[in-house]
Amino acid sequence: MTLSGDAVYAPSENIVAREIEGEIIIVPLVAGIGDMEDELFTLNETGKAVWDKLDGRRSLYQVISELAAQYQAAEGEIDKDVLGLVAELVRRRMLVAVEPA
Amino acid sequence: MKPASPSPYAAKVRASHYSLWKDCVPLLGRLDFELTERCNSDCIHCCINLPRDNARARERELKTAEIQEILTEAAALGALSVRFTGGEPLLREDFEDLYLFSRRLGLKVLLFTNARLITPELADLFGRIPPLEKIEITVYGMKRQSYEGVSRVPGSYAEFRRGLDLLLKRGVPFVVKGALLPPNRGEINAFEEWAASLPAMDRPPGYSMFFELRCRHDAPAKNRLIESLRPPLEEWVAMFARRRQSYLQEMREFCGKFIGPPGDRLFVCGAGRAPCVDAYGALQPCLLLRHPETVYDLKNGSLKDALTNFFPHLRQAKATNPDYLARCARCFLKGLCEQCPAKSWAEHGTLDTPVEYLCRVAHVQARDLGLIGSGECAWEVENWKERIKRI
Repeated sequence: MTLSGDAVYAPSENIVAREIEGEIIIVPLVAGIGDMEDELFTLNETGKAVWDKLDGRRSLYQVISELAAQYQAAEGEIDKDVLGLVAELVRRRMLVAVEPA
Repeated sequence: MKPASPSPYAAKVRASHYSLWKDCVPLLGRLDFELTERCNSDCIHCCINLPRDNARARERELKTAEIQEILTEAAALGALSVRFTGGEPLLREDFEDLYLFSRRLGLKVLLFTNARLITPELADLFGRIPPLEKIEITVYGMKRQSYEGVSRVPGSYAEFRRGLDLLLKRGVPFVVKGALLPPNRGEINAFEEWAASLPAMDRPPGYSMFFELRCRHDAPAKNRLIESLRPPLEEWVAMFARRRQSYLQEMREFCGKFIGPPGDRLFVCGAGRAPCVDAYGALQPCLLLRHPETVYDLKNGSLKDALTNFFPHLRQAKATNPDYLARCARCFLKGLCEQCPAKSWAEHGTLDTPVEYLCRVAHVQARDLGLIGSGECAWEVENWKERIKRI
């Protein structure tokens, strides 16, 4: 999947993202998101840091840039994590591309 | 950013295992919600049901907004699921609203129902927005005569079958369970064969057999009927003999972990960790226990207060009944025996009175497993750890 750095993503209306005890839990709302009836999804530490910025306003460039500043890392080290997570969540229908606000 | 994890960013996890790998367990895992005590069936064995059109019960029931407020707090406290039960929860006209509200909070919904009120529209909703838990449907008979011999409502069998068909056609996962009663006792094999053919059944169905007395203490005559419906002990042991090897294996593991004298602590079950809101706003430590001293008034408090103050205090309660202290507190069959404050409340109106019927059941089971000899009382056994190894 090819992602554009200008693209803006937001959580899908087909899921409910909950923060429980510091963890992001993604609960499918509509059929077809989880494979089984008992399935939830959880984000690891890296995933949570990225998820928190996927708010329908920031472009992927902005997300990468902000995370690089926040974690004092080169953008080249960050973009792999961001693009990897976004691609995975889009594939799972948990994130959707939106028009920039 | 650290660490740049080499592992996937999002992991699937079975919700039922969720708390096992977390360092910090949420205050509330699941909330039970008894949406109404009213029911469209009039089952011969039921400990709670009121007539579907009981105006007083309906008037007293929590309003939609009150239920939503409690659900919102449950989700904020970390609950992952809510169980809707009753009575028949689908009798509530706002059921769909409550269901959608719960799912939009990110809660999974476990629904206990007789399936009679499932409509095409409701089945469509479950298909489109799945509960994320298998619906649990109690089956009272495999034929109209046996089913309605239990439900005592003409036409109820056809409604139940129609509800099941609606779910099946839409691929909504559900499991079935039985209530072993005189009208259907001859149908066990047919029931289990049919249950095995249902797509979401991944194990044999469970049964209820040791029926609770009326938990509101509201119908002495019904209590006598319920007592008469409990199976003879020999019949109950025969149930286990049907799958003897797997039963013995389960018992070996179970007894190794959970059996032993409870001492004078009344609650050895974690009472209040998965509490139940009754239809009127009282928070019970479990689905069954309604003793006034053990319930918390949610209309004048909060879930958080109940979970952090009220129930932890309750769990420290000790038995004082001399008979209980002489027998149950010293009995190593605790674990096999269903004696608990809820059962004591239902049978005797107290928290710590031995329930003779349950005591007999546990002793019959223990003799069958070779844990005690004929005529032996389990509370007099000293070397119970060695005996467990005999199974």
